[in-house]
Amino acid sequence: MSHIAKPVAHHSALPKNALGYTVRDYEGGMSTLCAGCGHDSITAALIQACWQLAIEPHKVAKMSGIGCSSKTPAYFLRQAHGINAVHGRMPSIATGANAANRELYYIGVSGDGDSLSIGFGQFAHAIRRNVDMLYLIENNGVYGLTKGQFSASADIGSRAKKGEINEQPPIDPVLTALSLGCGFVARSFSGDKEQLVPLIEAGLRHRGFALIDVVSPCVAFNDHEGSTKSYAHTREFYHPAIHADFIEPKAEIRTAYGRGKPMPVTLHDGSTIVLRKIDVDHDPTDRSRAFAYLERHREANEIVTGLLYIEEEGRDLHALNHSVPGTLVSAREHTDQNAILDEVQARYR
Amino acid sequence: MSRRVNDFTLKLATVNGTGSASANSLLMKAIFRMGVPVMGKNYFPSNIQGLPTWYEIRVTEAGYLTRSGRVDLMVAMNPETFGKDYAEITPGGYLLYDSTWPRTRELTRDDVQVIGVPLAEMVNHQFADARTRILMKNIAYVGALAALLDLDMDVIEDSLKKTFGKKKAKLVDANMQAVKLGLDYTREHYDCPLPLHVERTDLTEGHVIIDGNTTAALGAMLAGATVGAWYPITPSTSLMDAFKKYCEKYRTNADGQREFCIIQAEDELAAIGMVMGAGWMGARAFTPTSGPGISLMNEFISFGYYTELPAVLFDIQRVGPSTGMPTRTQQGDLTECAYAGHGDTRHICLYPADPGEAFRFAVRAFDLAEHFQTPVFVVSDLDIGMNEWMVPELKWDEDYRPNRGKVLSADQLEQLTGRFERYLDPDNDGIPFRTLPGVHPKGAFFTRGSGHSKHGIYTEDAAEYQEVMDRLKRKFHTARRHVPAPMIERAHASASGKTARATRCGVLTIGSCDVAVREALKKLKSEGTELDYCRVCAFPFTEEVERFLKEHEIVFVVEQNRDAQLRGMLMVETETSAERLVSILHYNGLPIASSHVENAVLSYLDRGQVA
Repeated sequence: MSHIAKPVAHHSALPKNALGYTVRDYEGGMSTLCAGCGHDSITAALIQACWQLAIEPHKVAKMSGIGCSSKTPAYFLRQAHGINAVHGRMPSIATGANAANRELYYIGVSGDGDSLSIGFGQFAHAIRRNVDMLYLIENNGVYGLTKGQFSASADIGSRAKKGEINEQPPIDPVLTALSLGCGFVARSFSGDKEQLVPLIEAGLRHRGFALIDVVSPCVAFNDHEGSTKSYAHTREFYHPAIHADFIEPKAEIRTAYGRGKPMPVTLHDGSTIVLRKIDVDHDPTDRSRAFAYLERHREANEIVTGLLYIEEEGRDLHALNHSVPGTLVSAREHTDQNAILDEVQARYR
Repeated sequence: MSRRVNDFTLKLATVNGTGSASANSLLMKAIFRMGVPVMGKNYFPSNIQGLPTWYEIRVTEAGYLTRSGRVDLMVAMNPETFGKDYAEITPGGYLLYDSTWPRTRELTRDDVQVIGVPLAEMVNHQFADARTRILMKNIAYVGALAALLDLDMDVIEDSLKKTFGKKKAKLVDANMQAVKLGLDYTREHYDCPLPLHVERTDLTEGHVIIDGNTTAALGAMLAGATVGAWYPITPSTSLMDAFKKYCEKYRTNADGQREFCIIQAEDELAAIGMVMGAGWMGARAFTPTSGPGISLMNEFISFGYYTELPAVLFDIQRVGPSTGMPTRTQQGDLTECAYAGHGDTRHICLYPADPGEAFRFAVRAFDLAEHFQTPVFVVSDLDIGMNEWMVPELKWDEDYRPNRGKVLSADQLEQLTGRFERYLDPDNDGIPFRTLPGVHPKGAFFTRGSGHSKHGIYTEDAAEYQEVMDRLKRKFHTARRHVPAPMIERAHASASGKTARATRCGVLTIGSCDVAVREALKKLKSEGTELDYCRVCAFPFTEEVERFLKEHEIVFVVEQNRDAQLRGMLMVETETSAERLVSILHYNGLPIASSHVENAVLSYLDRGQVA
């Protein structure tokens, strides 16, 4: 969470979004992560996405747990409130915050240690409750802040910097989320901003829990030969299955990109995400086929990326709760307390 | 036995899951509705069906709503515990048992009068269905007791009608048949009523019989809490059940939309996280739990203390350590709640003594949590939370306005020059201003459990870290002036305008010990021993508590745990020397009895340690 304040420099030449903000207005403090850390690229993608969507920065709530990834909310959206919860417990903070105030965008940034080990239970249950939030896992297969222990996402056969070989099977957040009924499941790579930015945009606009597992190499402890979460390894086995273009409600659909037919999916707020199959084999609206597809490519050691599954009909926490519209922030003031007490106590007399 | 009208204790030994709880509740309600103050305690197993369970009812015209330590009439319906139950009867008392299976050879005591009623035989003759027979056998002993204790049959019938309502009106007739079986047989075979019996009075006017989890839930609802997160745990579960029930009724609009959100969490770790998340947003949020839950929540409680997030926790204490005895009562979490969390932490705690106070302290807790921006504990217990107590009807103070604390509005933030700084102390009371997410861009700051400066910025700087910790201490000190003052009752009346002369010894206690200590004090007074009384209502301890400790040479500290936790806290927090604080402890899982306190005080004084 350490950061250094960054001077706000405005260049008249920078383009402005619908709110009149430049991309600089979406930045935060200076990162104190290692030079070349994948997490910083993800931060940049988040800034880009929020700027493009012209979200009012203070209408965002940034949340994280503990670890390198969890430091990053200090590095974007300086006008947004942030909270750095205890290790692995960001999902519960997000759940309670969203229960109280559904009118904000919720961005949770977590890591593989935070979400797949200590916080695995909370991660699963936030999905199950379909909390309306964007949940990013900055996944590097390693504990960085404690200097190089394997995390639960380390692949079998992956070698640690000190030479140890991991023999336990990894927990895959994408397969986990799919099996828990998550309505927005994506994987990306910190090195592919072109893929990541529209995924973030769509995830922010999706109503319900949107998971993006982002492979984000740790240059200090897991970028060596033999690691399956290094830049080199990720680039070699990178397998984009789907490209997503996020389209605002009124904007025109851009020229076709990638190969395969465009598949527009309308999000609840009227915006569209246009998916283009890169691999014609994959159908991102069919959960069981998505499983089979992921399994097949996992066996071939390929890292499948893109929006892997989407389902827009899910009911989020508030729909399931039958909440009143608006927030529950103001204490509900009853006006007839003594009448209520009278009625309630009748059966206790 | 001599006449004991409206002043005796009966205990009912039954098997759980047989409907005895309804029968006992019916009995207690009937006595209450005859205008006689009554205490009911349920000693139930952590089990759904088949284990021994007891219900103790004290009929007390004098209003001693506490265990006396006597059993004047034992209703022994459980063969498994018969021997022990029979042995427990106070000399001169009575035994009522099911004489379908006579126990002539076991009944050897000549100081107990035996009343045998063939309940099973009569009920089996009357009812065909097996389950009905089990249920009605219990209702039949209510009939026998109605005869022995001279209970008003109209009241019993009305109570049954009230219980079953119009939908199950048929059950009223069946139950009344069972009641009459017991009643008629007993009247025919024994001299009724017994010398100990109930006579109608009007001392329960304006009172209700209610449990403290229900009242705490009502307090939370009327205080405006909108988010509740919890993980089921005995004995706190009924608090959220009640909150849900009342919110569904009073907080659901005409379209069926809820003005509340209750989340059953995956565990207590998550429940408290949800409460803190909601508190971060500015909502009034709470979690009910018990000791094991507080243990799990410690990390987040430390976080909430340091980041200054409001949260309300209800700890309905049960017997520890570990899983302990989940359905028995104790005050074993006093220290745990006061100092929960790693690092230097301390928390505002409120200690209700009965369901009425659980209601008022629930409301107060939300105000304190927001005013001081910190987790606040309502430290109740199983006895208060799950037993039904006779208390004055709950009333709402119409002048109450929620205290939402120092929160900057959008307008105030708009007018702010320079940046908002989260952890300053502008009013010199240790309480900073806070802002809520989504209100204004200028209000943004980072809530972090890691080291932070008064500006809310990450720090590892020695002086900056310490400055915040010192302010937090100041804030806690300020709370001394805002938490509920202790209840103090002096043995000597105060002379006009002057403080009463203190007695040499005093008694200090906490929470649900109150009623037992009060009765003990009255008895001691009648025997010539006068003691001033102080009941601590909150942590931090207020000045009144300190003064009480200073004024008395010896202070008996009465509490329900093994390790004298309250006494330890008093020593640490007030620097009272150990030899002046004499512990009276009770920690076997049953609510403390007045006789226990009385005997302990007398035996200490008899030892001549205090002239």
